[in-house]
Amino acid sequence: MQLQLSPELQAFREEMRTFFTTQVPQEIRDKVAARRHPTKQDFVTTQQILNAANLAVPHWPVQYGGRDWTPLQRHIWREEMQLAKVPEPLAFNTSMIGPVLAQFGNEEQKDRFLAKTANLDIWWCQGFSEPDAGSDLASLRTTAVQDGDEWVVNGQKTWTTMGQHADWIFCLARTDPTAEKKQRGISMLVFPMDTPGVTLRPIELLDGGFEVNEVFFEDVRVPSENLIGEVNKGWDQAKFLLGNERVGIARVGGIKGMLALAKELARETHYNGRPLLEDPRYASRIAEIENELVALELTALRVVANSADGKPHPASSVLKLKGSVLQQEVTELIVDIAGPLSVASFAEEGSDVPDWARVAAPEYLNYRKVSIYGGSNEVQRVIISGTILGL
Amino acid sequence: MDFTYDSEQNDLREAVAALLARAYGDSEVRRKVTKTDPGFDEKVWTQLAEMGLLGLPFAEEHGGMGAGPVEVAIVAEEIGRVLAPEPFIEAVVLAGGLISSVGSDAQKGELLEAIAGGSSLPTFAHAEIGARWTPTASAVTATQAGDAWTLSGVKEPVPHGARADVLVVSAALPGGGTGLFVVQGDATGLSRTGYRNHDGTRSANVRFEGTPATQLGTGGDQTDAIERAQAVARIAYSHEAVGAMDTALRTTVEYLKTRKQFGVTLNKFQALNFRAADMYVSLELARSIALWASVVQLSDGDVVTAADRARLLTSRTGRHIGKDAIQLHGGIGVTAEYKVGHYTSRLTAIDHLLGDGDFAADRLAAKVGSYPTVDPLGAPYA
Repeated sequence: MQLQLSPELQAFREEMRTFFTTQVPQEIRDKVAARRHPTKQDFVTTQQILNAANLAVPHWPVQYGGRDWTPLQRHIWREEMQLAKVPEPLAFNTSMIGPVLAQFGNEEQKDRFLAKTANLDIWWCQGFSEPDAGSDLASLRTTAVQDGDEWVVNGQKTWTTMGQHADWIFCLARTDPTAEKKQRGISMLVFPMDTPGVTLRPIELLDGGFEVNEVFFEDVRVPSENLIGEVNKGWDQAKFLLGNERVGIARVGGIKGMLALAKELARETHYNGRPLLEDPRYASRIAEIENELVALELTALRVVANSADGKPHPASSVLKLKGSVLQQEVTELIVDIAGPLSVASFAEEGSDVPDWARVAAPEYLNYRKVSIYGGSNEVQRVIISGTILGL
Repeated sequence: MDFTYDSEQNDLREAVAALLARAYGDSEVRRKVTKTDPGFDEKVWTQLAEMGLLGLPFAEEHGGMGAGPVEVAIVAEEIGRVLAPEPFIEAVVLAGGLISSVGSDAQKGELLEAIAGGSSLPTFAHAEIGARWTPTASAVTATQAGDAWTLSGVKEPVPHGARADVLVVSAALPGGGTGLFVVQGDATGLSRTGYRNHDGTRSANVRFEGTPATQLGTGGDQTDAIERAQAVARIAYSHEAVGAMDTALRTTVEYLKTRKQFGVTLNKFQALNFRAADMYVSLELARSIALWASVVQLSDGDVVTAADRARLLTSRTGRHIGKDAIQLHGGIGVTAEYKVGHYTSRLTAIDHLLGDGDFAADRLAAKVGSYPTVDPLGAPYA
C-alpha cells in the first residue's frame, strides 16, 4: 500500500491543474466561484478550449477523441476541474448521448454527431422524464408511430435541463405499446429542437432561475435514420446512459471548494465578538462535514481503483448518496453563516448585502435537486439494499 | 496511491480469520469464555503467539515480526469480526507499542520477547477517574529516592489490569510532566481489583502505595510518546470497529431475509431495507477512513490527526450501525443470548476507550481554520 500518488500521477495532476487554471478564462471561473450560473456561451467557450486540448471527452473510446486513461486519471481530471471552478463539459453531450452513440450508433450516426457533440457544436438535451415517469422511467407514455420512413412523435417530456439552449434532443419514446413488459417497446430517437411540433415551456425554480423545461411534442416527424440502436431496444441504451450518469457524481472537488468558501465566510462573519469560525458549534460542524468529505473522497478513490472495464462499481451508489448529502449540508452551512442577510436574495444596486449572502439561500434551495436527480437517493437505497446487500 | 492488499496480507487475513473462526465461530463460545476470568481464552492467546501475531509490530531483533500498520489493521479487523475477547490491541499495540517506542534496548529485549512469545501480557495503566481522555497523568505520582522510583495513587479503569503481569504506568513527575514506568505484577504495594465490563472484557482498579517502579527508557516527560501510542491504538481500534460493524450489518441483513412477520420475510418492508442501505453507507465510509489512517501511519504522516479522523468517523458510524442492528432485529437484539447486541456493546466500549467522537471532533475543530482544504493524499498525511 502507498499513500502518495506516483510521480507520474503527481505530474499528471499538476498538468491538469495548470491547464484548468491558466487556459480557461478567469472571468468564467470567477462566475462559478461566485456561484452564479454560467451563460450558454461560457459553457461553449470552455468546452471548446478543453476539446482543442483533448480534455473534453477523455472517457470516450480513443477513436472518437478519448484518452485511454485509467479510472484514477479520469478521477483526477474531474476533481481538478471542479477545484479550478471550470464549468464541466456538458454532461448531456459528454456523459450521456456521446457514449451512447459511440456504443450503439451506426457509422453514419457516429460520423454525423460525435465530433460536433464533443466540441459542443451541437448542444444536446435529455428527453427522458415525463410527468408520470420520474424514478419509474419505464412508465413513459410519449409515443412514436412509424409512418413511411418517418416516426411521428406525440407526448410530453419534463425536467429537461437547459433545454432552452439545446439544438437537439435525445428522447425515449414508446414504439411498441403492445409489448408485454413496459421496458420493452421503447426506442431512442434524436431530433432538432426546432422541428415543427416541438414546443418548450421553461419552469421557474425556487431560486428564481430557469434550468429545466417542459417539452411538448405534437406530430413531430422524425426521419427513420434518427433512431439510435435497434427499434424497441431503447431501454438498453437508457440503462447504459444512466449508469454513466452516476460516474463522478460524488463531486468531491466541488464540495471541497464550497467548504473552503464556507470557512472563509465564517472567518469574515463576526458574532459575539469573534469570527464564526472560532465559535465551537460552527467549527465542530465544519470539522464533521470535512471529515465525512475525507471519507467520501477515499471511498471514491477505492471505487475508482476497483472499477473494471469502465463499468460503474456498485458502491458508486454510496458516492451518489453521500456526495449529494454533503453538497446539501455545505449549502445549508453557508445560508446559516449568512444568517439574517440570507433573505436578501434578489437585492440589486443600493443594497449593502454582499453577493455571497444574496445567493446563499437560492443555492441551498436549488441544491435540493442533487438528492433527486441522477436517480433519487431513495433509488440509490433500493440499489444498495437490492444489488449489494441482496435484500 | 495504492489501497490494495498484497498477497501476503491476504494470506495473513485468511490465516487469522481461520484461527478466530475455529475459536469463536460459534458466538456462544465467546459468551461462555467472557463469563469467567480472565475474560478471554488463554489457549487462543497462545495460538495467537504461535502464529506470531503477539509480536507482529515489534522488531525482529526483539522477537517480533517487524510487520507494519496494515498487518496490525488486518488482525484488528478480524478480531472485531468475531468479537474475539483477547486483548491484542490493549497488550500488543498499546502497551507493547509504548515499550517498543520508549523502552531501552534491554527493556525491549526482555519485555517484547516475552509478549511476542505469549508468556507475558502487559497493559497500559493510564486512565484515571475524573481525567477522561488525556495523554497526561495526575492521580498517580512518581517519587524518586536515589536511583529508585516509587508510585502512589490509583489508575482505573485499567484494561485487563488484574490479569496483566506487567504494567506500563503513566505518572506525574516531581518536576512536572508525565513519565512512563514499568511495574511488575507482583510488586509490593500494588493491589488490583478486577471486574467485568459490559462488553465482556475486563478492567481493574489498580492501587499503588509506594510501589517500586522502573523508568521506561531514559525517563523524562513522555506526553508526546503517549499521544502517539494512543493514536496508533485508536487507528487499530477503528479497524476492530469496522470488523464489528461488518458482522453487525451482515447479521442484520441475514435476519431481514429470514425472519417472518405478517406472513412475509422482513425484507419485504422497504422501511427496513432502507435502514440497512444506510448502514452499508456508514460501513464503507468507515472502512475507507480506517484503512487510510493505517496507510498514513505507514507513510510516517501526521498519525495523531489521522487517528482523530478515523476515530470521529468510526464513532459516528459505529453508533449508527450498532443501534440500528439492534433495532432491526427487534427484541432479540437486546438479549444476551443472541449475538448482535454484543457487537453494539463492544462498539460502545471501543468508542469510549481512548476518546469518543466528540473528543475527536473538538480536536479537529480547533484546527479547521488553519488550512483551506484537506488533501488526504498530501501533506501533512503523506
